[in-house]
Amino acid sequence: MRANTWAGRNKVEVRDVPDPKILNNRDAIVRITSTAICGSDLHLVDGYVPTMQDGDILGHEFMGEVIEVGSGVPGDKLRVGDRVVVPFPIACGACGACAAELYSCCENTNPNAGISEKMFGHPTAGIFGYSHLTGGFAGGQAQYARVPFADVGPLKIESDLTDEQVLFLSDILPTGYMGAEMCDIQPSDVVAVWGAGPVGQFAMDSARVLGAAKVIAIDKEPYRLQMAERAGHIPVNFDEVDVRSTLLELTGGRGPDKCIDAVGMEATHGSAHIAAYDRVKQAVRSETERPHALRQAIMSCRSGGVVSVIGVYGGLMDKFPTGAWMNRSLTLRTGQCHVQRYMKPLLQRIERGEIDPTRIITHTLPLDQAEHGFDIFKNKQDNCEKIVLKP
Amino acid sequence: MSLGLGVAQLAAPDTVRRISGVDDSATSRTVVPLVGARELVHAAGLLTSRRKNVWAWTRVAGDAMDLTALAMAIAHRDGHRRRRLLAVTGAIAGITALDLLTAVRATQTSKTGSAPTARSARREREGGSMDLTATTTIRRPASEVYAFWRDLQNLPTFMAHLEQVRTTGDRTSHWSASAPFGSDVEWDAEITEETPGEKIAWRSTGDAKVPNAGTVRFVPAPDGVSTEVHVVLVYDIPGGAVGKAVAKYFGEEPHQQLDDDLRRFKQVLETGEVVRSDGAPWGKRARKEFPQRPAQPLSDAELEKGADA
Repeated sequence: MRANTWAGRNKVEVRDVPDPKILNNRDAIVRITSTAICGSDLHLVDGYVPTMQDGDILGHEFMGEVIEVGSGVPGDKLRVGDRVVVPFPIACGACGACAAELYSCCENTNPNAGISEKMFGHPTAGIFGYSHLTGGFAGGQAQYARVPFADVGPLKIESDLTDEQVLFLSDILPTGYMGAEMCDIQPSDVVAVWGAGPVGQFAMDSARVLGAAKVIAIDKEPYRLQMAERAGHIPVNFDEVDVRSTLLELTGGRGPDKCIDAVGMEATHGSAHIAAYDRVKQAVRSETERPHALRQAIMSCRSGGVVSVIGVYGGLMDKFPTGAWMNRSLTLRTGQCHVQRYMKPLLQRIERGEIDPTRIITHTLPLDQAEHGFDIFKNKQDNCEKIVLKP
Repeated sequence: MSLGLGVAQLAAPDTVRRISGVDDSATSRTVVPLVGARELVHAAGLLTSRRKNVWAWTRVAGDAMDLTALAMAIAHRDGHRRRRLLAVTGAIAGITALDLLTAVRATQTSKTGSAPTARSARREREGGSMDLTATTTIRRPASEVYAFWRDLQNLPTFMAHLEQVRTTGDRTSHWSASAPFGSDVEWDAEITEETPGEKIAWRSTGDAKVPNAGTVRFVPAPDGVSTEVHVVLVYDIPGGAVGKAVAKYFGEEPHQQLDDDLRRFKQVLETGEVVRSDGAPWGKRARKEFPQRPAQPLSDAELEKGADA
């Protein structure tokens, strides 16, 4: 089959690789009909997340048709021919974490738990196409994929919704939604979202659906801010204005009640001397993050507010503003999305027309053009917001 | 220090090359990871060996090699790269001085401090015992977890180094484990103590090459659903050639191996089997876990060859 693989830092390559096979009884093989490039793929491609190998198949947002199921998958759960969206965290459904609906912290699905444990203190779940630190599972930017615990994760789509309407249930829609849900939004809340990429856009839509009074989008790409503005959110361009004073202006001096960091380690902008400090630390790999957005969210948030982090961080951060966090009674909440928890309720919201996931798609490309897709997405060319690949 | 440098050079050779100003040379692509690997050898030697003075001198020799290589590189560079190279050379020269001092001191200590050295040499000859502990929590009732372990023939399904356990009587069993170079280690064992649902203790009997004993306790977790599993293993490591073989057979990190064994135990009880990924497709073959293969499906030929591929 054809698959998009990691071929070294800043290099992806579509290659011929063997077809996947059932390795565990509860596996299914899915013929992929749509897959997407995610912002967190960029951390893998540019080498910020360690433990990538030449030949690793990328991709953790995908959906398709089940063409084979293992002997351990009950027929009432999944059958050949089912149309499914596959959540990015691989969860067993049986461990303590899964019982608490913390699916991205599943205790059983990372065969490289030892590596993960050293890096994070406790191991996290396996993730498709997301480095050997998260299990070394082949990803979904391919014609076929092996899906472990197929009786637990995949969501069956039984209506005639298009791929584009449901594909993002695999990751970015639940991720954005969880970012807003963690904010415990009240009707009077002003919510500021750092990053108007795909996850940021869904966090904004979710904040509105959950009842926020005002939603502010912070980014520097005019096309992304326009996209947010068209959806009814207030744009703030950090290349043109000072973010903190603009936020104070928009909130009567209080600061946003709830702040969502939907940027993570892809932050591009910082005050000159702090940015230089981060750069030096990153060069010798003693800091893995680009933490500007998170620092700014903490400093901007109103006292007693919530800072919700859904942008991906990988390792260690310097100059974390603990003083602001502690002295101003901020709540910090975060997590890789527990996708399995949100898929069904969000599917219902899509069916009811409350959220339109298709509004962020700017490009649809054949799988063979994945390299071009990564290029325009990473460099924000051609007004690229979200790319769907068709294998 | 060696460990840090070695890991950096192996994990991020391009960054090291850029910082050192040799990123324009194709040769450096090969040399930097090789130097990194050498650093790891120093680190392993320094951390594990009792003859630290010898290993300290290997570092001095390594520094000399680095300085020679850097001098050659400087001769061919100018501008930014030359400046970066000069800075790195300065740093290495400082490290060399430090290593030289350490090596000289270590040599002096080992000559004069005879009492501890003699003791440690004797310990090396005679071997010693190794205690391993590990624990995990399994979301199953203690009776079930106990029953699975008590059927000792189940142990090889999750313990990486065990090939087979055959029960030979009510309390006796025959164990075999694989060691490197195709040699197997076999021994008989007996259960010395058991409390159903709570505890099993066993030890090797007869003239086992590696006398060993173990205890596993099953304790109900506070959640009222799960069971805490606490394992203690004790090995008498003999000296000489057998001791070395045993050390190898356990790999570099026996604690890690036991942790991973318990993780697989949890997987088997909670999910029904050992979880496999494309990068680590063989489940319990410890020796196949590092280095990993790329995260892409196995070919038919690889699948057929199995874990020995």
